[in-house]
Amino acid sequence: MQQGKISIQNLDLHFGKHHILKNVNIEIPENQLTVILGPSGCGKTTLMKTLNRLVELEETVKINGKIFLDNEDILNTDKDVTEIRKKMGLLSQRPSPLPMSIYNNIAYGLRINGISGRRKLTPLVEKYLRQVNLWDEVKDRLKDPATRLSIGQQQRLCLARGLAVNPEIILADEPTSALDPLSASIVEKQFAELKKDYTLVMVTHVLRQARRIADYVVFMYLGEVIEQGPVKEFFENPKMEKTREYLKGAFN
Amino acid sequence: MWRKIEEKAFYYLMVISTVSLGFFLLLIVATIVYRGLPYLSWEMISQTPKGGYYFGREGGILNAIIGSLYLSSGAVIIALVISLPVSLAMNIHLKRRKKLVNGLRFILDLLWGIPSIVYGAFGFTLMIYLGIKASLLAGIITVAFFILPIMIRSMDEVMKNVPLSLIESAFALGSTRTEVAFKVMVRQTFPGIITAVLLAFGRGIGDVAAVLFTTGYTDNIPTSLMQQTATLPLAVFFQLGSPIPEVQNRAYAAALILTIIILVVSISTRYFGKRFRKTLIK
Repeated sequence: MQQGKISIQNLDLHFGKHHILKNVNIEIPENQLTVILGPSGCGKTTLMKTLNRLVELEETVKINGKIFLDNEDILNTDKDVTEIRKKMGLLSQRPSPLPMSIYNNIAYGLRINGISGRRKLTPLVEKYLRQVNLWDEVKDRLKDPATRLSIGQQQRLCLARGLAVNPEIILADEPTSALDPLSASIVEKQFAELKKDYTLVMVTHVLRQARRIADYVVFMYLGEVIEQGPVKEFFENPKMEKTREYLKGAFN
Repeated sequence: MWRKIEEKAFYYLMVISTVSLGFFLLLIVATIVYRGLPYLSWEMISQTPKGGYYFGREGGILNAIIGSLYLSSGAVIIALVISLPVSLAMNIHLKRRKKLVNGLRFILDLLWGIPSIVYGAFGFTLMIYLGIKASLLAGIITVAFFILPIMIRSMDEVMKNVPLSLIESAFALGSTRTEVAFKVMVRQTFPGIITAVLLAFGRGIGDVAAVLFTTGYTDNIPTSLMQQTATLPLAVFFQLGSPIPEVQNRAYAAALILTIIILVVSISTRYFGKRFRKTLIK
């Protein structure tokens, strides 16, 4: 039975002979920020890419299990994969703006959703740039290439670009790890605001960040989910030995 | 001590190879200019051969200039229409089929290595089979075959190096593969595509063997695809074979014209490609 917005059930994933995700079961609550914690190489990023099915770009991938989004299995469906991806914005470790102007980076997502014409596009571009607090910084140079922006600005641009396709979920893979502390805190604050309208899933291995902004925490180790629960419970009263070790090791 | 000698030795080795490369390039250009420039005249590039041109009398090689431009532009357009979708498919649609794509790459590299005379012979056989006579069309088709692997592999090589994260983020926005291909990949690799076209154009316009059997040769400027046509490389070839020194010098002038055409096309397309460069993701 599904409890969360996204329900991952008995998910197994192989790359060739490597078993990357092992019987993963996660309930991701709606309109909350879920943080996926774990050491490098535990399958966090793969899990994220499985959610929006980007992982299918890999040659040797084999997926078993179910992922429900609003009671619809998005892994085993005839529905067009682009429809599923449009429901999830993705923010990667390093910002990857498209090779076009700042304006067109936002307009791209609108255009592939069938919105065209400057008169319709421009107000929307402004709306999304305002939503990530980037508008004032770029309003005079919308025609500049996106690559001219600082890394922190690029990351916010990518967030705005993701919001422009009108998703329900935002996936973020260590979105602040390449940013300077100030840009990182700006992005973090925005995440806290976005919770009202979106369901957020974020990968991080910074425990302090997880503690600061998470509502729900999932701890993964070597492809398995060790423990999951509300943030307070998770940090103050971890049930599993592995979790305690991880929290202790990382704190010392 | 030994490391210092090693460092110095390699430094000078590189200097020597660079300088000698530059020297030979300069030598080729200098020979063409030195022998061809005095014979390059307005008459030569504005007139077709008059009677007795190949014995050193009046006329020019406008027929060959126009013929070559027709031929290589036609071939480049055909090759581009095929190459772009193929290279995009290899790098986006077939991204998961690595073995297939690598097999394709191997075959294309083999095709790249086949001498152009073989393409000429193939084109000739094809002409007989289809019942076409030596003509501009036959030449265009043959040269298109010849430059196709060059164009596909050059485009493929730049597309292969596009960061995966860029492709992924375009897919993550819900783009179809076609949208990723034409709206993101083409934009990102535009200068590379231009270079590929340029490389193919240069090979196409400069090749003798592919057009030897297929285009025929005429003193007239072709007015239809079914007519025979002259080409610059053949004009150089025929004139250089003449025992008359005057005509031999004209061969160098024709070679100079060929060089200038390639230079002009190269510089102008590069300028055109540069305007896109600033938005690229590095």
